[in-house]
Amino acid sequence: MSRVVILGAGVAGHTAASFMRRWLTARDEVAVVSPNALYNWIPSNIWVGVGLMTPADVTFPLAPLYERHRIVFKQARALELHPEGRVGDPAPFVVIESTRPDSQGAHEDLRYDFLINATGPKLNFGATPGLGPEGHSLSVCTETHAAETARRLNELVERMTRGERARFLVGTGHGACTCEGAAFEYVVNLEFELRRRGVRDRADIWWLSNEYELGDFGMGGLHLQQGGFVTPSKIFTESLFAERGIHWITRAHVRQVDPHMAHYETLDGAERTFAFDFAMLLPPFSGVGLKAFDQQGADITTRVFQPNGFMKADADYTPRPFADWSPKDWPRTYQSPAFPNLFSAGIAFAPPHAISQPRQTPKGSPIAPAPPRTGMPSATIGKAVARSIVDMIGGAPTPTHEASMAKMGAACVASGGADMWTGTAASITVFPIVPDFERYPEYGRDLGGTFGEIGLAGHWIKMLLHHAFLYKAQLKPGWHLIPE
Amino acid sequence: MTAPDTTPVEDQRAYAPVPTALTKRLRTFVPWQLVRFAVINLRMLRLLWRGHHQ
Repeated sequence: MSRVVILGAGVAGHTAASFMRRWLTARDEVAVVSPNALYNWIPSNIWVGVGLMTPADVTFPLAPLYERHRIVFKQARALELHPEGRVGDPAPFVVIESTRPDSQGAHEDLRYDFLINATGPKLNFGATPGLGPEGHSLSVCTETHAAETARRLNELVERMTRGERARFLVGTGHGACTCEGAAFEYVVNLEFELRRRGVRDRADIWWLSNEYELGDFGMGGLHLQQGGFVTPSKIFTESLFAERGIHWITRAHVRQVDPHMAHYETLDGAERTFAFDFAMLLPPFSGVGLKAFDQQGADITTRVFQPNGFMKADADYTPRPFADWSPKDWPRTYQSPAFPNLFSAGIAFAPPHAISQPRQTPKGSPIAPAPPRTGMPSATIGKAVARSIVDMIGGAPTPTHEASMAKMGAACVASGGADMWTGTAASITVFPIVPDFERYPEYGRDLGGTFGEIGLAGHWIKMLLHHAFLYKAQLKPGWHLIPE
Repeated sequence: MTAPDTTPVEDQRAYAPVPTALTKRLRTFVPWQLVRFAVINLRMLRLLWRGHHQ
Protein backbone atom coordinates (compact mmCIF):
# COMPACT_ATOMS: atom_id res chain seq x y z
CA MET A 1 0.00 0.00 0.00
CA SER A 2 1.23 3.50 -0.86
CA ARG A 3 0.03 6.86 0.34
CA VAL A 4 0.17 9.89 -1.94
CA VAL A 5 -0.39 13.25 -0.27
CA ILE A 6 -1.39 16.22 -2.38
CA LEU A 7 -1.05 19.68 -0.88
CA GLY A 8 -3.70 21.91 -2.41
CA ALA A 9 -7.09 21.36 -4.03
CA GLY A 10 -6.92 23.92 -6.80
CA VAL A 11 -6.81 23.11 -10.51
CA ALA A 12 -3.45 21.25 -10.36
CA GLY A 13 -3.97 19.49 -7.02
CA HIS A 14 -7.56 18.47 -7.62
CA THR A 15 -6.76 17.19 -11.13
CA ALA A 16 -3.82 15.17 -9.77
CA ALA A 17 -5.92 13.73 -6.91
CA SER A 18 -8.81 12.81 -9.21
CA PHE A 19 -6.66 10.94 -11.74
CA MET A 20 -4.53 9.36 -9.05
CA ARG A 21 -7.62 7.93 -7.37
CA ARG A 22 -8.82 6.62 -10.73
CA TRP A 23 -5.49 4.99 -11.59
CA LEU A 24 -4.33 3.63 -8.22
CA THR A 25 -5.67 0.48 -6.60
CA ALA A 26 -8.11 0.56 -3.69
CA ARG A 27 -5.25 -0.48 -1.38
CA ASP A 28 -3.40 2.76 -2.11
CA GLU A 29 -4.40 5.95 -0.37
CA VAL A 30 -4.80 9.40 -1.90
CA ALA A 31 -4.96 12.24 0.63
CA VAL A 32 -5.62 15.90 -0.17
CA VAL A 33 -4.65 18.68 2.24
CA SER A 34 -6.33 22.02 1.61
CA PRO A 35 -7.02 24.89 4.02
CA ASN A 36 -10.24 25.62 2.14
CA ALA A 37 -13.43 23.62 2.58
CA LEU A 38 -14.56 24.57 -0.93
CA TYR A 39 -13.28 23.95 -4.44
CA ASN A 40 -13.23 27.23 -6.37
CA TRP A 41 -13.30 27.37 -10.16
CA ILE A 42 -11.18 30.52 -10.15
CA PRO A 43 -11.52 31.53 -13.85
CA SER A 44 -15.21 32.35 -13.24
CA ASN A 45 -14.47 34.59 -10.24
CA ILE A 46 -14.43 37.57 -12.59
CA TRP A 47 -18.16 37.04 -13.13
CA VAL A 48 -18.69 36.96 -9.38
CA GLY A 49 -16.72 40.20 -9.22
CA VAL A 50 -19.15 42.01 -11.53
CA GLY A 51 -22.21 40.53 -9.83
CA LEU A 52 -23.28 38.11 -12.57
CA MET A 53 -22.60 35.01 -10.46
CA THR A 54 -22.58 34.25 -6.76
CA PRO A 55 -19.81 32.40 -4.89
CA ALA A 56 -22.12 29.34 -4.85
CA ASP A 57 -21.99 29.28 -8.67
CA VAL A 58 -18.21 28.85 -8.71
CA THR A 59 -17.61 26.62 -5.67
CA PHE A 60 -18.66 23.31 -4.15
CA PRO A 61 -17.73 21.53 -0.90
CA LEU A 62 -14.76 19.20 -1.18
CA ALA A 63 -15.37 16.88 1.80
CA PRO A 64 -18.50 15.06 0.56
CA LEU A 65 -17.04 14.69 -2.95
CA TYR A 66 -13.79 13.23 -1.67
CA GLU A 67 -15.66 10.94 0.73
CA ARG A 68 -17.73 9.54 -2.15
CA HIS A 69 -14.60 8.93 -4.21
CA ARG A 70 -12.44 7.44 -1.42
CA ILE A 71 -10.04 10.36 -1.29
CA VAL A 72 -8.93 11.30 2.23
CA PHE A 73 -9.51 14.99 2.85
CA LYS A 74 -7.68 16.98 5.49
CA GLN A 75 -8.91 20.54 5.81
CA ALA A 76 -5.61 21.95 6.92
CA ARG A 77 -2.62 23.97 5.80
CA ALA A 78 0.79 22.42 5.33
CA LEU A 79 3.55 23.90 7.47
CA GLU A 80 6.65 21.71 7.28
CA LEU A 81 8.05 19.05 5.00
CA HIS A 82 10.22 16.34 6.55
CA PRO A 83 11.35 14.41 3.45
CA GLU A 84 13.86 12.32 5.46
CA GLY A 85 11.51 11.60 8.36
CA ARG A 86 12.98 11.59 11.87
CA VAL A 87 16.04 10.02 13.42
CA GLY A 88 15.16 6.35 13.82
CA ASP A 89 12.10 6.64 11.58
CA PRO A 90 12.97 7.59 8.01
CA ALA A 91 9.37 7.67 6.75
CA PRO A 92 8.78 11.11 5.20
CA PHE A 93 5.96 13.20 6.58
CA VAL A 94 4.38 16.63 6.33
CA VAL A 95 3.22 18.65 9.32
CA ILE A 96 -0.25 20.07 8.79
CA GLU A 97 -2.36 22.44 10.86
CA SER A 98 -6.12 22.05 10.89
CA THR A 99 -8.31 24.89 9.60
CA ARG A 100 -11.56 23.12 10.49
CA PRO A 101 -13.64 25.18 12.92
CA ASP A 102 -13.91 22.21 15.34
CA SER A 103 -10.16 21.51 15.45
CA GLN A 104 -8.62 24.82 14.45
CA GLY A 105 -4.85 24.91 15.01
CA ALA A 106 -4.41 21.20 15.78
CA HIS A 107 -1.20 19.78 14.29
CA GLU A 108 -0.82 16.38 12.67
CA ASP A 109 2.11 14.55 11.09
CA LEU A 110 0.92 13.04 7.81
CA ARG A 111 3.19 10.36 6.38
CA TYR A 112 3.59 9.97 2.65
CA ASP A 113 5.28 7.78 0.06
CA PHE A 114 4.89 10.46 -2.60
CA LEU A 115 3.93 14.10 -2.18
CA ILE A 116 2.74 16.67 -4.69
CA ASN A 117 3.05 20.31 -3.73
CA ALA A 118 0.14 22.01 -5.51
CA THR A 119 -0.57 24.68 -2.92
CA GLY A 120 -0.91 27.45 -5.47
CA PRO A 121 0.34 30.88 -4.47
CA LYS A 122 0.28 33.04 -1.42
CA LEU A 123 -1.59 36.19 -2.45
CA ASN A 124 1.14 38.59 -1.44
CA PHE A 125 -0.91 41.75 -0.86
CA GLY A 126 1.69 42.76 1.74
CA ALA A 127 4.22 43.50 -1.02
CA THR A 128 2.47 46.83 -1.69
CA PRO A 129 1.36 48.88 1.32
CA GLY A 130 -2.41 49.37 1.28
CA LEU A 131 -3.04 46.80 -1.46
CA GLY A 132 -5.92 44.35 -1.16
CA PRO A 133 -9.29 43.88 0.51
CA GLU A 134 -7.77 44.49 3.94
CA GLY A 135 -6.27 47.68 2.58
CA HIS A 136 -7.79 50.06 0.07
CA SER A 137 -8.25 48.05 -3.13
CA LEU A 138 -10.31 45.06 -4.21
CA SER A 139 -9.50 41.65 -5.68
CA VAL A 140 -11.12 38.75 -7.53
CA CYS A 141 -8.51 36.15 -6.53
CA THR A 142 -10.93 34.20 -4.30
CA GLU A 143 -14.70 33.87 -4.42
CA THR A 144 -15.07 35.86 -1.21
CA HIS A 145 -12.85 38.66 -2.53
CA ALA A 146 -14.89 38.68 -5.74
CA ALA A 147 -18.20 38.82 -3.86
CA GLU A 148 -16.98 41.81 -1.86
CA THR A 149 -15.83 43.46 -5.10
CA ALA A 150 -19.32 42.97 -6.59
CA ARG A 151 -20.92 44.44 -3.49
CA ARG A 152 -18.73 47.56 -3.72
CA LEU A 153 -19.42 47.80 -7.45
CA ASN A 154 -23.18 47.68 -6.82
CA GLU A 155 -22.92 50.47 -4.26
CA LEU A 156 -20.97 52.64 -6.70
CA VAL A 157 -23.33 51.94 -9.61
CA GLU A 158 -26.19 52.96 -7.32
CA ARG A 159 -24.49 56.31 -6.78
CA MET A 160 -23.76 56.63 -10.48
CA THR A 161 -27.43 56.12 -11.34
CA ARG A 162 -28.07 59.17 -9.19
CA GLY A 163 -25.69 61.18 -11.38
CA GLU A 164 -22.22 60.79 -9.85
CA ARG A 165 -19.18 60.19 -12.04
CA ALA A 166 -16.72 57.49 -11.01
CA ARG A 167 -13.13 56.53 -11.79
CA PHE A 168 -12.26 52.85 -12.02
CA LEU A 169 -8.73 51.46 -11.84
CA VAL A 170 -8.08 47.82 -12.78
CA GLY A 171 -4.83 45.93 -13.21
CA THR A 172 -1.78 44.80 -11.28
CA GLY A 173 -0.91 46.05 -7.81
CA HIS A 174 2.85 45.48 -8.03
CA GLY A 175 5.55 45.43 -10.69
CA ALA A 176 6.20 41.70 -10.23
CA CYS A 177 2.60 40.53 -10.67
CA THR A 178 1.43 37.71 -12.90
CA CYS A 179 -2.13 36.86 -14.04
CA GLU A 180 -2.55 40.04 -16.10
CA GLY A 181 -5.06 38.02 -18.15
CA ALA A 182 -7.47 37.80 -15.20
CA ALA A 183 -7.31 41.54 -14.62
CA PHE A 184 -7.80 42.07 -18.37
CA GLU A 185 -10.96 39.96 -18.25
CA TYR A 186 -12.19 41.90 -15.27
CA VAL A 187 -11.72 45.32 -16.87
CA VAL A 188 -13.55 44.41 -20.09
CA ASN A 189 -16.35 42.71 -18.14
CA LEU A 190 -16.60 45.74 -15.89
CA GLU A 191 -16.92 48.00 -18.93
CA PHE A 192 -19.59 45.72 -20.40
CA GLU A 193 -21.53 45.64 -17.11
CA LEU A 194 -21.45 49.41 -16.69
CA ARG A 195 -22.81 49.72 -20.22
CA ARG A 196 -25.50 47.14 -19.49
CA ARG A 197 -26.51 48.98 -16.33
CA GLY A 198 -26.77 52.28 -18.23
CA VAL A 199 -24.01 54.20 -16.41
CA ARG A 200 -21.09 53.81 -18.81
CA ASP A 201 -21.16 57.49 -19.74
CA ARG A 202 -20.41 58.38 -16.11
CA ALA A 203 -17.41 56.06 -15.80
CA ASP A 204 -13.73 56.67 -16.51
CA ILE A 205 -12.13 53.25 -16.77
CA TRP A 206 -8.36 52.87 -16.54
CA TRP A 207 -6.07 49.90 -16.90
CA LEU A 208 -2.74 49.94 -15.06
CA SER A 209 -0.25 47.11 -15.40
CA ASN A 210 3.36 46.05 -15.17
CA GLU A 211 3.36 44.96 -18.82
CA TYR A 212 5.89 46.63 -21.11
CA GLU A 213 3.19 46.74 -23.76
CA LEU A 214 -0.50 45.95 -23.61
CA GLY A 215 -1.18 42.30 -24.41
CA ASP A 216 2.05 41.06 -22.86
CA PHE A 217 0.15 38.91 -20.30
CA GLY A 218 3.45 37.83 -18.71
CA MET A 219 4.27 35.80 -21.83
CA GLY A 220 6.17 38.47 -23.71
CA GLY A 221 3.02 38.95 -25.79
CA LEU A 222 2.27 36.85 -28.82
CA HIS A 223 2.02 37.31 -32.57
CA LEU A 224 -1.11 36.67 -34.59
CA GLN A 225 -1.78 36.37 -38.30
CA GLN A 226 -4.57 38.81 -39.12
CA GLY A 227 -5.69 40.57 -42.28
CA GLY A 228 -2.49 39.78 -44.18
CA PHE A 229 -0.22 40.91 -41.35
CA VAL A 230 1.58 39.29 -38.47
CA THR A 231 0.60 41.60 -35.64
CA PRO A 232 1.68 41.65 -31.99
CA SER A 233 -0.94 41.18 -29.28
CA LYS A 234 -0.32 44.81 -28.32
CA ILE A 235 -2.35 45.82 -31.39
CA PHE A 236 -5.13 43.34 -30.57
CA THR A 237 -5.40 44.61 -26.98
CA GLU A 238 -5.04 48.32 -27.77
CA SER A 239 -7.81 47.95 -30.31
CA LEU A 240 -10.08 46.31 -27.75
CA PHE A 241 -9.40 49.02 -25.18
CA ALA A 242 -9.73 51.86 -27.68
CA GLU A 243 -13.04 50.48 -28.95
CA ARG A 244 -14.39 50.35 -25.39
CA GLY A 245 -12.96 53.67 -24.27
CA ILE A 246 -10.62 52.17 -21.67
CA HIS A 247 -7.48 54.23 -20.98
CA TRP A 248 -4.25 52.45 -20.18
CA ILE A 249 -1.07 52.91 -18.17
CA THR A 250 1.66 50.33 -18.75
CA ARG A 251 5.20 49.72 -17.45
CA ALA A 252 3.94 50.62 -13.97
CA HIS A 253 4.76 49.44 -10.47
CA VAL A 254 2.23 50.38 -7.79
CA ARG A 255 4.18 51.54 -4.74
CA GLN A 256 1.32 52.24 -2.36
CA VAL A 257 -2.45 52.35 -2.22
CA ASP A 258 -4.15 54.89 0.02
CA PRO A 259 -7.89 55.41 0.36
CA HIS A 260 -9.02 56.41 -3.16
CA MET A 261 -5.43 56.98 -4.35
CA ALA A 262 -2.82 54.75 -5.99
CA HIS A 263 0.83 55.82 -6.06
CA TYR A 264 2.82 54.31 -8.90
CA GLU A 265 6.17 54.53 -10.60
CA THR A 266 6.80 53.91 -14.29
CA LEU A 267 9.77 52.47 -16.13
CA ASP A 268 10.97 55.94 -17.16
CA GLY A 269 11.26 56.92 -13.48
CA ALA A 270 8.14 59.09 -13.27
CA GLU A 271 6.23 58.91 -10.00
CA ARG A 272 2.55 59.54 -10.32
CA THR A 273 -0.74 59.24 -8.50
CA PHE A 274 -4.15 58.06 -9.63
CA ALA A 275 -7.36 59.05 -7.83
CA PHE A 276 -10.03 56.34 -7.95
CA ASP A 277 -13.45 55.51 -6.64
CA PHE A 278 -13.01 51.78 -7.27
CA ALA A 279 -9.76 49.85 -7.69
CA MET A 280 -9.40 46.15 -8.47
CA LEU A 281 -5.68 45.44 -8.40
CA LEU A 282 -4.24 41.93 -8.36
CA PRO A 283 -1.44 41.08 -5.91
CA PRO A 284 1.92 39.50 -6.76
CA PHE A 285 2.28 35.83 -5.91
CA SER A 286 4.84 34.03 -3.79
CA GLY A 287 5.13 30.51 -2.43
CA VAL A 288 2.97 29.71 0.60
CA GLY A 289 5.98 29.62 2.93
CA LEU A 290 6.45 25.88 3.45
CA LYS A 291 9.62 24.97 5.33
CA ALA A 292 11.65 21.79 4.91
CA PHE A 293 13.75 19.97 7.52
CA ASP A 294 16.18 17.07 7.44
CA GLN A 295 16.21 14.06 9.76
CA GLN A 296 18.09 15.95 12.47
CA GLY A 297 15.67 18.86 12.26
CA ALA A 298 18.04 21.20 10.41
CA ASP A 299 16.39 23.66 8.04
CA ILE A 300 16.84 22.54 4.41
CA THR A 301 14.25 24.88 2.92
CA THR A 302 16.77 26.30 0.44
CA ARG A 303 17.43 22.78 -0.93
CA VAL A 304 13.77 22.29 -1.73
CA PHE A 305 12.47 25.78 -2.44
CA GLN A 306 13.59 28.88 -4.31
CA PRO A 307 13.91 32.12 -2.28
CA ASN A 308 10.45 33.19 -3.54
CA GLY A 309 8.93 30.14 -1.84
CA PHE A 310 8.12 28.18 -4.99
CA MET A 311 9.36 24.58 -5.13
CA LYS A 312 12.39 23.64 -7.20
CA ALA A 313 11.63 21.17 -9.96
CA ASP A 314 13.77 19.52 -12.64
CA ALA A 315 14.55 22.90 -14.18
CA ASP A 316 17.85 24.68 -14.78
CA TYR A 317 17.90 27.51 -12.24
CA THR A 318 21.43 28.71 -13.06
CA PRO A 319 21.23 32.53 -13.11
CA ARG A 320 21.82 33.91 -16.60
CA PRO A 321 21.03 37.10 -18.52
CA PHE A 322 17.48 37.05 -19.89
CA ALA A 323 18.67 36.67 -23.48
CA ASP A 324 20.58 33.48 -22.64
CA TRP A 325 17.64 31.51 -21.28
CA SER A 326 16.53 28.47 -23.21
CA PRO A 327 13.20 26.62 -23.37
CA LYS A 328 15.16 23.54 -22.28
CA ASP A 329 15.57 25.18 -18.87
CA TRP A 330 11.90 24.59 -18.09
CA PRO A 331 10.91 21.59 -15.97
CA ARG A 332 9.54 18.49 -17.69
CA THR A 333 8.62 16.03 -14.93
CA TYR A 334 8.30 18.43 -11.93
CA GLN A 335 10.24 16.02 -9.74
CA SER A 336 12.22 17.67 -6.96
CA PRO A 337 15.98 17.46 -7.63
CA ALA A 338 16.48 16.95 -3.88
CA PHE A 339 13.95 14.16 -3.18
CA PRO A 340 12.63 11.82 -5.90
CA ASN A 341 9.28 11.25 -4.16
CA LEU A 342 8.54 14.98 -4.06
CA PHE A 343 6.81 16.74 -6.96
CA SER A 344 5.24 20.14 -7.59
CA ALA A 345 2.43 21.18 -9.92
CA GLY A 346 0.67 24.34 -11.01
CA ILE A 347 1.70 27.70 -9.60
CA ALA A 348 3.65 25.99 -6.78
CA PHE A 349 6.59 25.01 -9.00
CA ALA A 350 9.38 27.53 -9.41
CA PRO A 351 9.73 28.75 -13.00
CA PRO A 352 13.41 28.98 -14.03
CA HIS A 353 13.03 32.41 -15.59
CA ALA A 354 10.61 35.03 -16.76
CA ILE A 355 9.00 34.70 -20.19
CA SER A 356 8.43 38.44 -20.43
CA GLN A 357 11.65 40.44 -20.23
CA PRO A 358 12.15 41.76 -16.68
CA ARG A 359 13.04 45.44 -16.33
CA GLN A 360 13.64 47.92 -13.52
CA THR A 361 12.78 51.54 -12.91
CA PRO A 362 15.67 53.93 -12.18
CA LYS A 363 14.87 53.46 -8.48
CA GLY A 364 15.15 49.69 -8.83
CA SER A 365 11.45 48.80 -8.70
CA PRO A 366 10.53 45.76 -10.78
CA ILE A 367 8.62 46.05 -14.03
CA ALA A 368 8.74 42.32 -14.42
CA PRO A 369 5.60 40.34 -15.21
CA ALA A 370 5.97 36.82 -13.80
CA PRO A 371 5.18 33.82 -16.02
CA PRO A 372 1.57 32.64 -15.94
CA ARG A 373 1.04 28.95 -15.12
CA THR A 374 -2.63 28.75 -14.24
CA GLY A 375 -5.59 26.97 -15.81
CA MET A 376 -4.79 24.63 -18.66
CA PRO A 377 -1.04 24.23 -17.96
CA SER A 378 -1.77 23.63 -14.25
CA ALA A 379 -4.22 20.84 -15.01
CA THR A 380 -1.96 19.28 -17.66
CA ILE A 381 1.00 19.31 -15.26
CA GLY A 382 -1.15 17.87 -12.43
CA LYS A 383 -2.26 14.98 -14.63
CA ALA A 384 1.26 14.23 -15.92
CA VAL A 385 2.68 14.22 -12.39
CA ALA A 386 -0.14 11.91 -11.23
CA ARG A 387 0.62 9.47 -14.06
CA SER A 388 4.35 9.47 -13.27
CA ILE A 389 3.72 8.76 -9.59
CA VAL A 390 1.28 5.96 -10.37
CA ASP A 391 3.92 4.41 -12.64
CA MET A 392 6.63 4.85 -10.00
CA ILE A 393 4.40 3.14 -7.42
CA GLY A 394 4.11 0.36 -10.00
CA GLY A 395 7.89 0.04 -10.18
CA ALA A 396 9.11 2.66 -12.68
CA PRO A 397 12.45 4.03 -11.45
CA THR A 398 11.92 7.55 -12.77
CA PRO A 399 8.99 9.77 -13.79
CA THR A 400 7.38 8.49 -16.97
CA HIS A 401 5.41 11.54 -18.10
CA GLU A 402 6.44 15.05 -19.09
CA ALA A 403 4.54 18.32 -19.39
CA SER A 404 7.01 21.06 -20.25
CA MET A 405 5.50 24.49 -20.78
CA ALA A 406 8.06 24.87 -23.57
CA LYS A 407 6.37 22.02 -25.46
CA MET A 408 2.79 22.67 -24.46
CA GLY A 409 0.26 25.03 -25.94
CA ALA A 410 -2.43 26.84 -24.02
CA ALA A 411 -5.91 28.01 -24.87
CA CYS A 412 -7.35 30.98 -23.06
CA VAL A 413 -10.84 32.33 -23.46
CA ALA A 414 -10.95 35.81 -21.94
CA SER A 415 -14.48 37.00 -21.36
CA GLY A 416 -15.28 40.41 -22.77
CA GLY A 417 -18.86 40.63 -21.54
CA ALA A 418 -21.29 37.97 -20.42
CA ASP A 419 -24.51 37.83 -22.40
CA MET A 420 -25.78 34.92 -24.46
CA TRP A 421 -26.47 37.12 -27.53
CA THR A 422 -24.47 40.34 -27.12
CA GLY A 423 -21.51 39.10 -25.06
CA THR A 424 -18.06 38.48 -26.49
CA ALA A 425 -14.81 36.83 -25.49
CA ALA A 426 -11.30 36.82 -26.86
CA SER A 427 -10.35 33.25 -27.76
CA ILE A 428 -6.59 32.97 -27.75
CA THR A 429 -4.26 30.04 -28.24
CA VAL A 430 -0.48 29.98 -28.07
CA PHE A 431 1.96 27.26 -28.98
CA PRO A 432 4.21 26.78 -27.14
CA ILE A 433 3.63 28.79 -23.95
CA VAL A 434 7.35 29.37 -23.43
CA PRO A 435 8.72 30.79 -26.69
CA ASP A 436 11.22 28.55 -28.48
CA PHE A 437 13.37 30.70 -30.76
CA GLU A 438 15.48 27.71 -31.79
CA ARG A 439 12.46 25.99 -33.28
CA TYR A 440 10.49 29.09 -34.32
CA PRO A 441 13.26 31.66 -34.95
CA GLU A 442 11.10 34.58 -35.99
CA TYR A 443 8.46 34.85 -33.26
CA GLY A 444 9.34 32.03 -30.85
CA ARG A 445 5.97 30.41 -31.42
CA ASP A 446 4.20 28.53 -34.18
CA LEU A 447 1.95 31.05 -35.96
CA GLY A 448 -0.27 28.16 -37.07
CA GLY A 449 -1.00 27.26 -33.45
CA THR A 450 -1.27 30.83 -32.20
CA PHE A 451 -4.40 32.79 -32.91
CA GLY A 452 -6.78 35.28 -31.34
CA GLU A 453 -10.32 36.25 -32.18
CA ILE A 454 -13.05 38.28 -30.49
CA GLY A 455 -16.67 37.30 -30.78
CA LEU A 456 -19.84 35.83 -29.33
CA ALA A 457 -18.58 32.31 -30.10
CA GLY A 458 -15.85 32.93 -27.52
CA HIS A 459 -18.47 33.73 -24.90
CA TRP A 460 -20.32 30.53 -25.69
CA ILE A 461 -17.06 28.61 -25.32
CA LYS A 462 -16.33 30.39 -22.04
CA MET A 463 -19.77 29.37 -20.70
CA LEU A 464 -19.26 25.83 -21.97
CA LEU A 465 -15.88 25.66 -20.21
CA HIS A 466 -17.38 27.00 -16.98
CA HIS A 467 -19.99 24.24 -16.87
CA ALA A 468 -17.76 21.49 -18.31
CA PHE A 469 -14.90 22.11 -15.88
CA LEU A 470 -17.20 22.33 -12.85
CA TYR A 471 -18.81 19.07 -14.03
CA LYS A 472 -15.38 17.52 -14.39
CA ALA A 473 -14.19 18.82 -11.01
CA GLN A 474 -17.26 17.28 -9.36
CA LEU A 475 -16.18 13.93 -10.83
CA LYS A 476 -19.54 13.30 -12.45
CA PRO A 477 -19.95 10.40 -14.90
CA GLY A 478 -17.42 10.57 -17.74
CA TRP A 479 -15.46 13.42 -16.07
CA HIS A 480 -12.13 11.95 -17.16
CA LEU A 481 -13.11 12.24 -20.84
CA ILE A 482 -13.21 16.05 -20.65
CA PRO A 483 -9.79 17.32 -21.72
CA GLU A 484 -7.70 19.54 -19.47
CA MET B 1 -5.11 61.33 1.09
CA THR B 2 -4.41 64.79 -0.23
CA ALA B 3 -2.05 64.10 -3.15
CA PRO B 4 -3.52 65.30 -6.44
CA ASP B 5 -4.06 62.99 -9.36
CA THR B 6 -1.04 63.36 -11.63
CA THR B 7 -1.86 60.80 -14.32
CA PRO B 8 -1.83 62.48 -17.71
CA VAL B 9 -4.79 61.81 -20.00
CA GLU B 10 -3.65 61.10 -23.54
CA ASP B 11 -5.73 60.40 -26.61
CA GLN B 12 -4.59 56.79 -26.90
CA ARG B 13 -7.58 55.88 -29.04
CA ALA B 14 -6.23 58.04 -31.88
CA TYR B 15 -3.24 55.70 -32.28
CA ALA B 16 -4.98 52.36 -31.97
CA PRO B 17 -6.78 50.38 -34.68
CA VAL B 18 -10.52 50.18 -34.11
CA PRO B 19 -12.91 47.73 -35.74
CA THR B 20 -15.20 48.77 -38.56
CA ALA B 21 -18.97 48.55 -38.18
CA LEU B 22 -18.97 45.32 -40.21
CA THR B 23 -16.34 43.70 -37.99
CA LYS B 24 -18.31 44.65 -34.88
CA ARG B 25 -21.55 43.35 -36.38
CA LEU B 26 -19.96 40.02 -37.29
CA ARG B 27 -18.74 39.58 -33.71
CA THR B 28 -22.31 39.05 -32.53
CA PHE B 29 -23.94 37.87 -35.79
CA VAL B 30 -25.23 34.47 -34.71
CA PRO B 31 -24.93 32.46 -37.99
CA TRP B 32 -21.31 33.62 -38.44
CA GLN B 33 -20.54 32.99 -34.78
CA LEU B 34 -21.89 29.44 -35.01
CA VAL B 35 -19.29 28.82 -37.71
CA ARG B 36 -16.58 30.46 -35.60
CA PHE B 37 -17.67 28.39 -32.58
CA ALA B 38 -16.92 25.22 -34.54
CA VAL B 39 -13.65 26.58 -35.97
CA ILE B 40 -12.30 27.82 -32.61
CA ASN B 41 -13.19 24.55 -30.88
CA LEU B 42 -11.42 22.57 -33.60
CA ARG B 43 -8.33 24.77 -33.31
CA MET B 44 -8.28 24.30 -29.55
CA LEU B 45 -8.65 20.53 -29.86
CA ARG B 46 -5.80 20.51 -32.36
CA LEU B 47 -3.68 22.41 -29.86
CA LEU B 48 -4.49 19.84 -27.16
CA TRP B 49 -3.61 17.02 -29.52
CA ARG B 50 -0.27 18.63 -30.37
CA GLY B 51 0.56 19.09 -26.69
CA HIS B 52 0.05 15.40 -26.09
CA HIS B 53 2.15 14.32 -29.07
CA GLN B 54 5.26 16.49 -28.75
